[in-house]
Amino acid sequence: MSNSAAESRAERLSHEPLREVAVARGFWSGTLPSWRAVWGRRELLLLLTRREVRARYKDSALGLTWSLVRPLVQLLIYWVAIGRFLGASRSIPEFHIFIYSGLALWQLFTDTVSTATTSVVGNAGIIRKIHLPREIFPLSAVGSALFNFGIQFVILALACLLTGSGINWVTALWAVPLATLTTLVWGTALGMFLAAANVYMRDVQHLVEVGLMVGFWLTPIVYSWQMVAGAAGPRIAELYLANPMSLAVMSLQRATWVAGAGQPVPAQLPLLTLGAFAAGLGLLFLAQRWFDRMQRNFAQEI
Amino acid sequence: MVDVIRVEHVTKRFALRKVKSLKESVFAVARGQANSERFTALDDVSIEIAAGESVGLVGPNGSGKSTLLKLIGGILAPDAGRVSVRGRLAALLELGAGFHPDLTGRENVYLNASILGLSRSETDRYFDDIVDFSGIPERIDSQVKFYSSGQYVRLAFAVAVHVDPDILLVDEVLAVGDEPFQVKCMEKIRQFQREGRTIVLVSHSAGQVAAVCDRALVLERGQVVENAPPRIALGRLRRDYGDAIEAARHRSDLEGSAYRAKLVSVTLNPGTERRKGEFDLVLDPGDDLVVAGVIDFEVPTPDWQVSIIVETTLGGLVFGTDTDIMRVDTGIGNGVTPFRVVFPSLQAGLGDYVVNVHVRDAEGLDLDSV
Repeated sequence: MSNSAAESRAERLSHEPLREVAVARGFWSGTLPSWRAVWGRRELLLLLTRREVRARYKDSALGLTWSLVRPLVQLLIYWVAIGRFLGASRSIPEFHIFIYSGLALWQLFTDTVSTATTSVVGNAGIIRKIHLPREIFPLSAVGSALFNFGIQFVILALACLLTGSGINWVTALWAVPLATLTTLVWGTALGMFLAAANVYMRDVQHLVEVGLMVGFWLTPIVYSWQMVAGAAGPRIAELYLANPMSLAVMSLQRATWVAGAGQPVPAQLPLLTLGAFAAGLGLLFLAQRWFDRMQRNFAQEI
Repeated sequence: MVDVIRVEHVTKRFALRKVKSLKESVFAVARGQANSERFTALDDVSIEIAAGESVGLVGPNGSGKSTLLKLIGGILAPDAGRVSVRGRLAALLELGAGFHPDLTGRENVYLNASILGLSRSETDRYFDDIVDFSGIPERIDSQVKFYSSGQYVRLAFAVAVHVDPDILLVDEVLAVGDEPFQVKCMEKIRQFQREGRTIVLVSHSAGQVAAVCDRALVLERGQVVENAPPRIALGRLRRDYGDAIEAARHRSDLEGSAYRAKLVSVTLNPGTERRKGEFDLVLDPGDDLVVAGVIDFEVPTPDWQVSIIVETTLGGLVFGTDTDIMRVDTGIGNGVTPFRVVFPSLQAGLGDYVVNVHVRDAEGLDLDSV
């Protein structure tokens, strides 16, 4: 019986084609197989995402509540220091809602970029030993960041509704998905690129922290676009709008910061954000191709 | 036979990078130093493995055997050549890679199974088997950081062997857990073999390779130098190891000894011919073994010793003796001195044996050996 099992296995295998392992793929032709391989392991992607989320708060008494404490404390600090002491809240109505909208989206971006950057090195044990589409690791970092953002967003929406400041539903229809998607594609693209770079040069993860800190202040989270436009010349303002996160944050604020409806916004904000989203998609394509080339040597460099 | 693994003219080089940070590499470039050295781990290697075969990869450290295994597994990409496989492949390379200490055993089983390529429904189906095989059902719902290291690898092994592969790659992991569990592991491997699965095993344990494999490949410095049944391949490896060990010991002993001597010739039973370093001597049980030789002492050496050790080709000691144990008073050796040792009526099992002869000074330091 065991022999027949062996024979039937050999018989089945003889009909299977030989498939080349670790085949080098072309720049254009490699995209589809790469993403298809990731799609083939979507169950694993989900499990890894869940692992990230669960492991982060396992064994802590407050558990997931901790993911709220950080942004809420940040909110409090900025509200007091910048809103009250520096007086930003005088020109920005409903300052707390304004900040929290920006903070939530910015948190999604930083979570995505910084956890993705260390994701490949952090999973060295698996990468060195088992063959997988390695894109799964930065993508699971994106997944867990998205999960956190979900919670933040629910809090934001509840805060908007409960404090009576409301939500601009019509704008929310395009602004919320567009802002989130723009943040996601840029975060994923940068995260994927940096994750691969970090394998070869560990300085990258520290560089990322610094870069994100700078990015925070280049995005209208604790100050408004009006202040930038007022202080800087048109050239600088234009440059400022080249930051995709500025566009995404302002788009989200259109929807959740109803009190700021009368405040000036850049002309053609939806279109500009859409442009940033499209550029992000292009970047994501490039980042994946770079990642794919780099990952061939991950196992020996890590 | 269907070949399930085909490695064609594969070359793999590693860049041994000396720096890992931006600062260091900037300095290195500024000083005009090369940032890396190239090292060839595999040099134009071609092998084929058929369905149902069990093949051992053996060789000294750094010979490229693990690299070859990783290339087959797709973990590394070759610099030149092609690697192709047929069927589902699973790698038992490091147990518990991907186990997360904060998750429970149950969660880790699902995660690990998924990493190894099982779908969720398949894992559901095998889950009870996996827990049963691991032998730790009572702990499955506690976090794995509270497991003992033995329990940890047992669970990891249990997951790995339930992946249902056509090709199983194994790297030095069969010797895990306590003895009953090891027996269970070997049983599982045998079952895999009966089911016609292909096994590729990297191991330093000659006994394990001999027990599991139908064929062994000896790798040395990135090349396959022997491709033969385990007994022959391991014999070759053993000889190469023996030379290396002897050379190392010889060097250190010579430094420690004031005496110099050379084994001019060694012969086994009179009339036995020697071909390519191997004696064409066949003994029946009960025959005598006579080891004779000539030693040339460069300086007078008091209380010199001759030691004779008989080993199997796998390196197991069969028997041995020396003039010290035999209480032979050798006196002072000077110039050309013959010796003769007789082992009367031997009772050794069927097989190939290796005879090592050493000349030592009074303190037991090696002067020469064959």
